[in-house]
Amino acid sequence: MSPESMIVFDGVEKRFGDHVVLRDLDFTVAAGEHVCLIGPSGSGKTTILRLLMTLEKVDAGTIRVGGQCLSHMERKGALVPADEKHCREVRRRIGMVFQQFNLFPNMTVRGNLIEAPTRVLGLSADEANARAVELLELVGLAEKIDAHPTQLSGGQQQRVAIARALAMRPDVLLLDEVTSALDPELVAGVLNLLRDLGSSTDITFLCVTHEMGFARDFSDRVLMFDAGQVIEDAPPSKLFTEPDHQRTKDFLHAVIDRT
Amino acid sequence: MDNLPQIVTVLFQGLPPTVIAAVGGIALTIVLSFVAGLALLSPRRWVRTISRIYVEAFRGTSEVVQLFWIYFVLPLLVGVQLVPLFAGLLVLGLNHGAYGAEIVRGAVRSVPRAQYEGCVALSLSPTQRMWRVILPQAVVEMLPSFNNLFIQLLKSTSILSLITVAEVTQRGRAVLVPAFGDDIVLIFTVMLLIYLVLSVLITTGMRYAERVAARKVGRRPSREARAVAMTTGAH
Amino acid sequence: MPLWDWGYAFEVLPQLLKALLVTLEITLLGSVVALLLGLLIAVLRQARIPVLDQVLWAFVEFIRSTPLLVQVFFLYFALPRFGITLSALTVGVIGLGVHYATYTSEVYRAGIEAVPRGQWEAATALSLPRSRTWTGVILPQAIPRVLPALGNYVISMFKEVPLLLAISVVEVVSKAQEIGSQTFRFTEPFTIAGLLFLVLSYPASMLVRRLERRRVA
Repeated sequence: MSPESMIVFDGVEKRFGDHVVLRDLDFTVAAGEHVCLIGPSGSGKTTILRLLMTLEKVDAGTIRVGGQCLSHMERKGALVPADEKHCREVRRRIGMVFQQFNLFPNMTVRGNLIEAPTRVLGLSADEANARAVELLELVGLAEKIDAHPTQLSGGQQQRVAIARALAMRPDVLLLDEVTSALDPELVAGVLNLLRDLGSSTDITFLCVTHEMGFARDFSDRVLMFDAGQVIEDAPPSKLFTEPDHQRTKDFLHAVIDRT
Repeated sequence: MDNLPQIVTVLFQGLPPTVIAAVGGIALTIVLSFVAGLALLSPRRWVRTISRIYVEAFRGTSEVVQLFWIYFVLPLLVGVQLVPLFAGLLVLGLNHGAYGAEIVRGAVRSVPRAQYEGCVALSLSPTQRMWRVILPQAVVEMLPSFNNLFIQLLKSTSILSLITVAEVTQRGRAVLVPAFGDDIVLIFTVMLLIYLVLSVLITTGMRYAERVAARKVGRRPSREARAVAMTTGAH
Repeated sequence: MPLWDWGYAFEVLPQLLKALLVTLEITLLGSVVALLLGLLIAVLRQARIPVLDQVLWAFVEFIRSTPLLVQVFFLYFALPRFGITLSALTVGVIGLGVHYATYTSEVYRAGIEAVPRGQWEAATALSLPRSRTWTGVILPQAIPRVLPALGNYVISMFKEVPLLLAISVVEVVSKAQEIGSQTFRFTEPFTIAGLLFLVLSYPASMLVRRLERRRVA
């Protein structure tokens, strides 16, 4: 394991009942890398993000983030499954943006943005507000700071969600099909924002996406998934033009020919 | 624990009045629910008004007051002294019938407009429409709410002890508590279990009715109907 | 003997109104117990702690499905045997409160279940502590949704307070009975008592219905 590895999956297995979603999964993501996960539905891509977010627990194997073990902790010299407290500590450097935005409807945009920084990071109200203003400017929604989520379009809500995740200054940002729930004309706005973030920050990105154009521009590496396995792992320049595997070829044909 | 057989015997003496009041009350409730419920949907204003007055009067006042009124006041006004059990049965039916009327009304209104239009297209008369098409579909939606209502009615039979009806609660309170003071917890546990068993019987009966009604109509109560039944204050 | 004596009616009205205050007081106290205890039960059940969840479920089902009067009698007669002596009014408030807490806990649970899973997940993604997730995100969304149902239960409780006359609590209906048995004229006291309930609960129901309609809008 090289010292720059931000995310390490080692022999990870995840089952839902009898259905094995991820089987003996190994992969690493270096610090600052942009990695896109593509593949058919049900191939386990979202599960990987959910495992990193500890929304699910691994059945076998370990996950390390930033050198610390996320899935397990040490107790009396042995490795045991991590408890809630441990998870929360390690997970603090990871942020996530969801397909359904999941903004808190009982708070304004400002409220959504300052909630976690004040409660979790211990920022003062002034500091949190300053950060909120700065981030909303970054995503181009500074004037909406006192609006309610219900008053915003889908694209605007998603940009606020991205700002909310960034407010925690994460080292890793997980993006789970963040444009899939948007009207087509709003998708470009969000993707452009992500491209800007990618070039202006050191954040490690792990995206699940169906937007192949975006994957091609944005990522340093693309992982093609199918049935819980990494079929192919290559830079976009290679994977999109000369994939090694038939499955990848078939998938790309089906997806790209549609657009 | 030694007194358990006696406790059970005495409590079981209260079963006939409880069951009679419950069954009679449920029967009266069903009749009044449909009569008043359909009256609430009548095109004629005066019919709706009378029904609305009945529904709001009985829903808006306390069941205990209604019970005492029928038992103490009605004889003074009308000269007829009702047997306590019958007075109680009457009140149970009148009170729960008012709530039932809203259940019927809500369920009939929830039948999709398209069904009415289909009937019109087939030239069915309003009566045929109601009996053959609308009500059968509405009944399926009503059953979860009626299940709750009937269990409420069963619980209300305990109030009859206040007008000297010798049902289960009265037996426990008047006979067992003075006699077997030390077994208080046991007495009340058995009493509560008796009511619990009776309410399970009601639910079982209603589930059976649901299956029969669903077979006739081809579906089960919608999730909304169950959710509404669970969260609306049935009183 | 006339059917209705207005003079007598106005004579007994003040006493009945005074007793109504007791009814309202019991409703208020009982509601506080029911609303708070019910919320506690609902939140605890959401945590799905192995044994506790089953115990709470059994408790809720048992109390919900059995008569309030029997439960009140139980508290009234059993508590002294365990050395706890409380006034009849207090016993009544506890009985009503716990009984209705089982109803409100189900209402709260429905409201909590209706909050989308994504809200829980977003809170996790932001590392919000569990308590803050409850107070800042989940409950502010769950409770407004179920206010009409909770309101209806408060009104129901108000109408069940007269039950407590069985344990000698002096509220409006027991007062009516007391007055009636002194003069043998029951018509006016009981009718007035009934009307008092109607006059209070009907507008309250209308208010709740309007609240319900506004939420849907």
